[in-house]
Amino acid sequence: MSFIAKPKVAHPSLPRNALGLTRRDYEGGMSTLCAGCGHDSVTAAIVEAIWEMSIRPEQLVKLSGIGCSSKTTAYFDSGGHGFNSVHGRMPSIATGAISANRDLHYVGVSGDGDTLSIGFGQFAHAIRRNLNMLYIIENNGVYGLTKGQFSASADIGTKAKRGEENRQPPVDPVLTALTLGGSFIARSFSGDKEQLVPLIMAGLRHRGFALIDVLSPCVTFNDHQGSTKSYSFIRENYDAVVHADFIAPAQEITASYAAGEAMSVAMHDGSRILLRKLDPSYDPTDRTRAYAYLRSRLAQGEYVTGLIHIDESSPDFHEVSGSSTTPMNQLPYARLSPGSEGLKKILNRYR
Amino acid sequence: MQPTDIRDPGHFHRVVDCQWACPAHTDVPEYIRLIAQGKFTEAYLVNRESNVFPGILGRVCDRPCEPACRRSRVEAEPVAICRLKRVAADHRDDVRPYLPSVPAQKNGKRIACIGAGPASLTVANDLMPLGYEVTIFEKWGTPGGLMRTNIPAFRLPEGVLDEEIGYILDMGVDLRLGSPVTSMERLLAGGEFDAVFVGSGAPKGKDLDLPGRRGPKEVQDHIHIGIDWLESVAFEHVKSIGQRVLIIGVGNTAMDCCRTSLRLGASEVKVMARKPRGFFKASDWELEDAEEENVEIIVNHAPKAFVVEAGRLAGMLFDRMEYDLDADGRILAERVLGEEMIPCDDVILAIGQENAFPWIEDGLGIEFDKWHVPKVDPVTFQSSLPQVFFGGDAAFGPKNIIWAVEHGHQAAISLHKYCQGLPVADRPPPMVTLSSRKMGLHEWSYKNDYNPLERRTMPHVALKERFKKVDIEVELGFTAEQVEIEVQRCMNCDIQTVFDARLCIECDACIDICPMDCLTMTTNAPEEELRSKLKAPALNLDQPLFVSSPLQHTGRVMVKDEDVCVHCSLCAERCPTAAWDMQKSKIQIPYASDEIPPSCLTHKTRKTA
Repeated sequence: MSFIAKPKVAHPSLPRNALGLTRRDYEGGMSTLCAGCGHDSVTAAIVEAIWEMSIRPEQLVKLSGIGCSSKTTAYFDSGGHGFNSVHGRMPSIATGAISANRDLHYVGVSGDGDTLSIGFGQFAHAIRRNLNMLYIIENNGVYGLTKGQFSASADIGTKAKRGEENRQPPVDPVLTALTLGGSFIARSFSGDKEQLVPLIMAGLRHRGFALIDVLSPCVTFNDHQGSTKSYSFIRENYDAVVHADFIAPAQEITASYAAGEAMSVAMHDGSRILLRKLDPSYDPTDRTRAYAYLRSRLAQGEYVTGLIHIDESSPDFHEVSGSSTTPMNQLPYARLSPGSEGLKKILNRYR
Repeated sequence: MQPTDIRDPGHFHRVVDCQWACPAHTDVPEYIRLIAQGKFTEAYLVNRESNVFPGILGRVCDRPCEPACRRSRVEAEPVAICRLKRVAADHRDDVRPYLPSVPAQKNGKRIACIGAGPASLTVANDLMPLGYEVTIFEKWGTPGGLMRTNIPAFRLPEGVLDEEIGYILDMGVDLRLGSPVTSMERLLAGGEFDAVFVGSGAPKGKDLDLPGRRGPKEVQDHIHIGIDWLESVAFEHVKSIGQRVLIIGVGNTAMDCCRTSLRLGASEVKVMARKPRGFFKASDWELEDAEEENVEIIVNHAPKAFVVEAGRLAGMLFDRMEYDLDADGRILAERVLGEEMIPCDDVILAIGQENAFPWIEDGLGIEFDKWHVPKVDPVTFQSSLPQVFFGGDAAFGPKNIIWAVEHGHQAAISLHKYCQGLPVADRPPPMVTLSSRKMGLHEWSYKNDYNPLERRTMPHVALKERFKKVDIEVELGFTAEQVEIEVQRCMNCDIQTVFDARLCIECDACIDICPMDCLTMTTNAPEEELRSKLKAPALNLDQPLFVSSPLQHTGRVMVKDEDVCVHCSLCAERCPTAAWDMQKSKIQIPYASDEIPPSCLTHKTRKTA
């Protein structure tokens, strides 16, 4: 971690977005994570994405649970709304917030411990309900905040810093989400912002639950030989199946790729994701084949990255539950609260 | 691009922009840091190593360092480097115990220096400690050259001059005042000296031969050549001037002339400029000071004639000009709109000066070009006559004091080599040493916080007070509070970000934290392409790129654009493997004393870094 504040000074020709803001305007407090933590790079990628999308800082809601990952929401978009919830309970808080106001962008940042252990149930139901949020797992395979125990995503055979070997099979959040019917499932690497930034942008635009499992090495407890989530291991065993370019509605699509190598996915708001397929046979809209592909590469010890699956057709939480299209803070009090008479009427319906 | 060779002193020297821009390569960040620590004597001595007149130049330097200051690329105003130099000089203790001492046993070689200006004095400063006997011939009754004769006392008090010149003369220099050299031939024929250094400056002010210039004495007496007139004021031969004065020219000499006129009793002083303001030669701060004293600067007036009425100077006639400028401010076309007579009592011509060598005879072997400027080697300062060297304004025409000092240093190396029978062109190379500034996990031995405060402005003597006498110093020097802020505006450009590619794990931490977007990891490419694909495009071609060797994981390279780095150390703080380190670069500029083994030198040093 750093002990001096990042100076307010900025590059004199730092570009500005449509709102006239620079990247620096989307930063948060100074990170207290270990120097070199992958999570800080994810933070930088989020800053880059929300700046580029010209999201007004106060339009973003940052949600998290407990853990190193969950601290990162403090490090971006200091002008946004934020809620650090209880360990593993971030999806519940997100559900409530999303129910109350569908006009905001929701980013949940969680870790492999927060999501796959204590929060596994909540995670599963958030996917099942297709909550309209971007859910980022900063996945480092280790409980860094409690000094390096294996987490639920640690691979069999991976070694802890002191040499113990993990024997428990891991939970793979991407395979889990595919099984549960997730509508936007991606995996990326904190050290590959070229891939990660467009994925975050697309995830924010996706109507429904967008999961990005980001391999984010723990430089203190899980960046050694024998770890399968170290910087060097990930770089050596990296299988990018697609590279995404996010295209906002206002932008002309200028990139062109040879037929069969690129795929354009239209999103409901008019934006697009242009997928340059590094593996020409890969089809991210086919859930079953995506699952099979992942399993086959996993057997080779490879991390498949990119946009693994997308389905823009499945109804999101608002559609299914018929939630209010007007944010609750804009509803008149009389509509929000039925009053004692109204309550009586409702209760009478059940008598 | 090829990986940057960080063992090459040139790379790090260029990054320290102020030091790079200073002709004498003064170690600016180091002395500013010492001032910040209250070590004024040490700061003075660091300064004096390259710039032998810190007190003088702390007041009147032309400051090539300041436009180069990196701070001005990050915000509007550079660090007030020159003012801080003065702070060290004003608050130092006695520095004599730490100045080079002169051996009692001389080496038998004798050097003649012509003119007791900054170039000759620097030669003496460098050669006396090596055992040379140096004789300086000076036509005036006091030493200092143009520092004394051309710079008014209200900018540079006599006491400051005497003290710093005294440090050199007290080494035992044989100073012969009132002794103009009138014949180089006789000097050489005398055989008294092993080598001669000509540091006689550019003492001839340019005249303006317009109608009316060659009029009766009554008119002549009111038309003055700027530098001669300033000289006469300095030696108190001139004590008054008319009420209405016109100064022709807008260089620094013109600014000195107009301000001096005010002090000699003029009430209406106009500086006449032929071209628009963008073409003025005077330094901004000198223009500001003159305008603060209500000097009127009139642009676009080209002098045409001196107007003589009834045998007296009545004024000057000007063509009123109009210019068409292009987007870069260059003149595309000019037109005369009409004439204008501006009445005055005196005219001072400050349109430039040139060197003059009527005392160097033809046929000695000293070659001159068609403008009668000596042919001098730009590196060794040797003339075509091997034992004669030139420096300062005498060598290449008018520059400024700090250039003269650097010429003196270089000429001293040459003189020493010449006298020792060594090849003069064989110059000692500059060196660089790097040492980490890391003290603990998160501690650095320098203040790395960026200070957002603006440049402090120099307090001046009140307008009413300053005209009472001709030698009241106008600038008061920074207050303690101003010093405290201004030193922290220095961005410590000599504390380099040194990168070791072998240690990098490519985690992006440094790139993410850099407040100035200076760092990028990318695939290597030719420089032009690389400059365009950095996180913030590197458009300032004067600033080098650092390019690492290929990184071990991906084969990409780490590129650092040095342009706007604020040396905050965050890249090094964030780096988990210490691939980045903040290291102080000490650029060692060779002097004549470096030619002598250290064991033979007797002077004491104070450890400063």
